[in-house]
Amino acid sequence: MAQPLVKKDDDRDDEADCSPFLGIEKGAVLQEARVFNDPQLDPRRCSQVITKLLYLLNQGETFTKVEATEVFFAVTKLFQSKDIGLRRMVYVMIKELSPSADEVIIVTSSLMKDMTSKTDMYRANAIRVLCRITDGTLLTQIERYLKQAIVDKNPVVASAALVSGIHLLQTNPEIVKRWSNEVQEAVQSRAALVQFHALALLHQIRQNDRLAVNKLVSSLTKGSVRSPLAQCLLIRYTSQVIRESANNNQAGDRPFYDFLEGCLRHKAEMVIFEAARAITELNGVTSRELTPAITVLQLFLSSSKPVLRFAAVRTLNKVAMTHPMAVTNCNIDMESLISDQNRSIATLAITTLLKTGNESSVDRLMKQITNFMSDIADEFKIVVVEAIRSLCLKFPLKHRSLMNFLSNILREEGGFEYKKAIVDSIVILIRDIPEAKESGLLHLCEFIEDCEFTYLSTQILHFLGIEGPKTSDPSKYIRYIYNRVHLENATVRAGAVSTLAKFGAMVDTLKPRVFVLLRRCLFDNDDEVRDRATLYLNTLGGDGEVVETGEDVKEFLFGSLDIPLVNLENSLKNYEPSEEAFDINSVPKEVKTQPLAEKKAPGKKPTGLGAPPAGPPSTVDAYEKLLSSIPEFANFGKLFKSSAPVELTEAETEYAVNVVKHIFDGHVVFQYNCTNTIPEQLLENVTVIVDASEAEEFAEVASKPLRSLPYDSPGQTFVAFEKPEGVPAIGKFSNMLRFIVKEVDPSTGEAEDDGVEDEYQLEELEVVAADYMLKVGVSNFRNAWETMDADCERADEYGLGPRESLAEAVNAVINLLGMQPCEGTEVVPNNSRSHTCLLSGVYIGNVKVLVRLQFGLDGPKDVAMKLAVRSEDEAVSDAIHEIVASG
Amino acid sequence: MESCPSIKNILLLDSEGNRVAVKYYSDEWPNNSVKEAFEKSLFSKTQKTNARTEAEIAMFESHIIVYKFVQDLHFFVTGAENENELILVTVLQGFFDAVGLLLRGTVDKKEALENLDLILLCLDEIVDGGIILETDANVIAGKVASHSIDAAAPLSEQTISQALATAREHLARSLLK
Repeated sequence: MAQPLVKKDDDRDDEADCSPFLGIEKGAVLQEARVFNDPQLDPRRCSQVITKLLYLLNQGETFTKVEATEVFFAVTKLFQSKDIGLRRMVYVMIKELSPSADEVIIVTSSLMKDMTSKTDMYRANAIRVLCRITDGTLLTQIERYLKQAIVDKNPVVASAALVSGIHLLQTNPEIVKRWSNEVQEAVQSRAALVQFHALALLHQIRQNDRLAVNKLVSSLTKGSVRSPLAQCLLIRYTSQVIRESANNNQAGDRPFYDFLEGCLRHKAEMVIFEAARAITELNGVTSRELTPAITVLQLFLSSSKPVLRFAAVRTLNKVAMTHPMAVTNCNIDMESLISDQNRSIATLAITTLLKTGNESSVDRLMKQITNFMSDIADEFKIVVVEAIRSLCLKFPLKHRSLMNFLSNILREEGGFEYKKAIVDSIVILIRDIPEAKESGLLHLCEFIEDCEFTYLSTQILHFLGIEGPKTSDPSKYIRYIYNRVHLENATVRAGAVSTLAKFGAMVDTLKPRVFVLLRRCLFDNDDEVRDRATLYLNTLGGDGEVVETGEDVKEFLFGSLDIPLVNLENSLKNYEPSEEAFDINSVPKEVKTQPLAEKKAPGKKPTGLGAPPAGPPSTVDAYEKLLSSIPEFANFGKLFKSSAPVELTEAETEYAVNVVKHIFDGHVVFQYNCTNTIPEQLLENVTVIVDASEAEEFAEVASKPLRSLPYDSPGQTFVAFEKPEGVPAIGKFSNMLRFIVKEVDPSTGEAEDDGVEDEYQLEELEVVAADYMLKVGVSNFRNAWETMDADCERADEYGLGPRESLAEAVNAVINLLGMQPCEGTEVVPNNSRSHTCLLSGVYIGNVKVLVRLQFGLDGPKDVAMKLAVRSEDEAVSDAIHEIVASG
Repeated sequence: MESCPSIKNILLLDSEGNRVAVKYYSDEWPNNSVKEAFEKSLFSKTQKTNARTEAEIAMFESHIIVYKFVQDLHFFVTGAENENELILVTVLQGFFDAVGLLLRGTVDKKEALENLDLILLCLDEIVDGGIILETDANVIAGKVASHSIDAAAPLSEQTISQALATAREHLARSLLK
């Protein structure tokens, strides 16, 4: 019998740490491989050489095609040897070399001989090797042996055949599918691993046949599975069956739940955990179903094994997202995990606690986290910061301690991503929680005093410029900003100059001081900084006089550019220097700015919890500016609301048109954004003919045609309607695009002189009640609700009839009213039978409205709803009820 | 999730993060330099943790990795993000204990390299193309050692499990005759 080979290198033994493979070289080893060709094989020496070859491969060395072929042919010679150990190494070597098809033929006969050998070890390994390197044609030859092997008495042989079957199913499914009788027999095997492999293969053969999988699961769940691994598989297949059958029987007991629950008492931890996880992932799991799973996971939390604790806390963390209440029982165990050696476990525990915690536990939790933050990696810290942000949006009253925490960690060491996460969180909290604004801004100011990241400094300066002047004492920010002008690089200095100018423009009392500071910037050594300072001084009137800065100047300096930058860039590129100055009004203002506008809000991420920040104002501003620039609409007053664009054409038609509904107090303006997608056409005098016969309260007052609509250059045409003042009139409008079409010569790009009048039918458009409602969130619904006069409350009950689910009903009502859901109440837990949803908004006429909706399931599907409205005007409260009643 | 539990790789590194033996079953790591980079960063991330008494676990580049150290050897098993952690740790434990049996208790880098053939066969017996073949250390070691345990060594010098493995081998041989 072969001794472990390299041990024989006695001369090296005394050099303690010396590897037996030290200084080994590919060329030399390939030379050594010649011993495979010796007529008198020395099995031990051959084994050694194979080990060296494998060592080289394992270290990442590669063989050229020629080398590989040479080694392969040499290795095939070794089948002559009867030495078991050497044969095993030969098998491994062949698999590593993965020979090509014509090479495979050389070893096929040797391997087939081994496959029918009496030695189990040969049979099992030959099957694995042959199936690994074979192709379809050879497979039919050996199929008979494989089928036999599957039901072989020796479990190692059976497993080898089954596992090979699993691999072959990917490449030759039709052959493997013929083995299902044998595989089915193997499922009943007494050997644990054979059962596991057979079950895996059988399921893969049948996975597309739902009925067969169903039958397989129902027969096996009665209890004939011995191996824990096979049991885990069965649990996975069972949850699949449950998931697929869930659609047809909503009520009543879940099939196979008892089986899953029974597995929680299995003796193998692997199975217990698999079952617990499967239960927590069931669709619409009820708390009654969850309880036993949570109980076993809770036991795992205090296990001495880190892997068990990790598995449990990771699963509970997921549960906490949907069923925070179910996890609260584990809070004590979780808290002790905060100090866990394994930081992954600790982070998961913290974030779970942050999700399940209630308002009263926040302070205690923050104390524990503070100790914990110092010794975890940045990636974990980011997770914690994000969890804290969600928590703060959930409990706005706790903003003080949470904001303090964020500012503390902002001062500590950390990389860019981590700092950015913190800054983003603070910015979001400032936006959403008015009470947190001043302290948040000061924290940011302190941060830029010592901030190494230019990007963050400029972002914060920009943000300060917007929010700072609106605070009670804007002067205290000036020092922080001006310090940047002294101490930073040019990019930050330029940002600071702009921010200073914003303070000057917005706050008259600060003007003289700001001008002094700006004048000092005129001597900066950077062009951009100097240019900005000069521009601001001249436009804001820095020549000594303190006058109120005009709206138009402010608009010019700080207003958002209502032209998409891409369009501006294109126009500038096309502009040829000439007598005629570049006219910014000639830049197309295609107002599909929705995605752009969203990107502008720094760090805005869907948080899932709490009210999302009020929409970025820039879109509305842009619309307002656009409309007021059109004389026909200038006297309509203040724009109340602009809807999101509604498509009036199918995608990829000749002309793409969408419409934005602008609501004014006594008027409605439809803005049709049109795009011509035909290169050979130029459209002129484009109008939309609106038929308002189904909208009785509306009367058309003005229409603004679009002079010309060239290919792929969007333009707008408008139609305005008068409606009764302050009344939320609704109606349906049918639209027809009318235009003069002119042929364009594609080679010259010039249009012909004569055009033909043509029409194009567009889809209908509706003005609905939700168009008169602005989504405006409140940070503390309860306070807001109680400060409203209870006399203006109107409450009534409605039956919504049969609905698909409670969540669907809640969504339908939210959409009908077009209001902002508060405190995350738009999310309906999966299995609940009742739900309360809080909405807030501003109704036309600037009337604040709060709505409390209580939903309940009445019978299996019928949804009943109680609607309570409070607003500043009881007529509005009634109007809301009317919307619901007629909706 | 309906799929069979699968192993993405098994790594055996030394105390400096160098390879002793590795086996990849997933093509997520297309070439050797990517593999080495993965090993290096995994090693540096786990290096300071104490995984000597109990197997430890980490999330790393959206994989779940379980690991255990002994002397100057670091054992790792990698699985998918949503894999049952306890299945992975069973594989790790099987590998770890089997190597312990095969190296007769002196588990260190030197011994492992000197018996690299056993380690490679051991890997070959644990997982085949990502599918778990066997997790019982005694069975794995028995299969690997069926040719290499020195039958001449006196039984008294062997541990119980080695004795068992030897006995198993003797029995197998006598059945085959």
